[in-house]
Amino acid sequence: MIRAAILWLLLAVPVCAATEDIVAGLSQNRVSITADFEGSEILIYGAVRRTAPAPSGQLHVIITVEGPSMPLTVRKKERVAGIWINNESVQIDSAPSFYAIATTGRLDDILTETENLRHQITIPRAIRSVGISDQSQNAGDFVEALIRVREAENRYRLNERSVQFTQATLFRSDVLLPANLIEGLYRVRIFLTREGQVVDKIERQINVRKEGLERFLFNMSRDQPLLYGLLSLLIAVIAGYGASAAFRLAKR
Amino acid sequence: MQIFLPIADISVNAFLLLGIGGVVGFLSGLFGVGGGFLITPLLFFIGIPPAIAVATGANQVVASSVSGVLAQVKRKAVDFPMGFVLLAGGLAGSAVGVWVFARLTAAGQVDLFVQLSYVLFLGLIGMTMFVESLNAMRRINKPGAPIRRSHTHNWVHGLPFKMKFRASGLYISILPPLGVGALVGFLAAIMGVGGGFIMVPAMIYLLGMPTKVVIGTSLFQIIFVTAFTTLMHAVTANTVDMMLAVLLILGGVIGAQIGAQVSGRLKAEQLRILLSLLVLGVAGKIALDLLLRPAELYTVTPGLLP
Repeated sequence: MIRAAILWLLLAVPVCAATEDIVAGLSQNRVSITADFEGSEILIYGAVRRTAPAPSGQLHVIITVEGPSMPLTVRKKERVAGIWINNESVQIDSAPSFYAIATTGRLDDILTETENLRHQITIPRAIRSVGISDQSQNAGDFVEALIRVREAENRYRLNERSVQFTQATLFRSDVLLPANLIEGLYRVRIFLTREGQVVDKIERQINVRKEGLERFLFNMSRDQPLLYGLLSLLIAVIAGYGASAAFRLAKR
Repeated sequence: MQIFLPIADISVNAFLLLGIGGVVGFLSGLFGVGGGFLITPLLFFIGIPPAIAVATGANQVVASSVSGVLAQVKRKAVDFPMGFVLLAGGLAGSAVGVWVFARLTAAGQVDLFVQLSYVLFLGLIGMTMFVESLNAMRRINKPGAPIRRSHTHNWVHGLPFKMKFRASGLYISILPPLGVGALVGFLAAIMGVGGGFIMVPAMIYLLGMPTKVVIGTSLFQIIFVTAFTTLMHAVTANTVDMMLAVLLILGGVIGAQIGAQVSGRLKAEQLRILLSLLVLGVAGKIALDLLLRPAELYTVTPGLLP
């Protein structure tokens, strides 16, 4: 009797934003870059937890994976005296080294521009370029070129409708991290949207690190550069001598 | 088999790297050039960042030159006194070159300058060698043609500080080799190569050294110039990728040995004409890159301009 009353009450309560939230996990939160690293596929999965029945309007999921950001210089070649040389350049304050977006629907339909502005979800929003228009009259072209170049390198990716969403509750998506990864913390964000508004969001991290021989060589090149250089030369001399000696033996 | 390069931060096919090393090493042993002018553009082409390609290329040149020079020492084809004189000039020249390189980097036009120097020097040297070798071959094929002397006396032989270079059969002033060494060292530092492709023709045409000795002596001094370059890059910019170097070296030393064996069987004129064609080919490729409209006009470089 009491249970039925509570249930009835819950159903009657007008729906507010906090009634739906995300529960999610990653197949791995560490990626080790070893000598035979060829890229890695991360499974991102989760469910929508409800404390009340779903309100009207279709629910959508947007997943972003973002690599460490760094400042960049974008240069444009122009023809001067018959040859193509770097002429104009624009400096970008900060752009992610990797950025992948996976969604359940067309981004324009499932996210309003104000929400995009607030959460910085789309690729152009992930690139911070304040004051760029002071540097060039066609600053926009430079940002577009940056996105084009990085998309060609598979570093920036927009995969619309690549998130599987079952019964508006369970979702999963595979995100491929390419082989040319940069070390650091990768930020995974999952957004739940309804009618263009973000209902809930959560953040997870993936730690990408070089391991084993890769770690050893990288650290040594930074901590002991002289020793590292001498060791490289030693390898070269031994290999050169070794091949010469081996061929002399083989000729006998 | 893919392998991840720890400094370059990319994954490449290990056999591809072995192959590149092997081909460049073969040419290095064959012609007595370090192969830097080939390996650096090849590494760019497979997507290695330029700074790492230049530094690691220099490291691989050390190995193939050591391998090649040992084969030449056995054939008594290295003029050590001449090598040291060239080296003394070379180190002085490369110190100046490193300084100029830093200046150009600050100005932001270093790529263009490097490409233009490649086109200019490779083109000039390639053409000269090609024309000269063709003439030499024509002379050989014509019976009764006047016998060509190994070298002719000119103003070079009137300079002071004369020294005997037994292996080369020369008694000349040390000033021209010092100057040649310095010029090559300077260009080598700017272009990120050992400089063999400039050194070899300079030794043949300017100093009048016999071709057999030129290859070994050139390799001998390239070892030191590129070792110096490798160390400078490793310490100042951390751009030597040891994983990449080991694979290139492995292919390179084997290739260099095969090249040295083949070079003993070819005639000097044939050797020179082949080298000139190779040099012209690389120059032509770089010139086309400058002249044709690139597919993507924009380039992205990490970091801000200074």
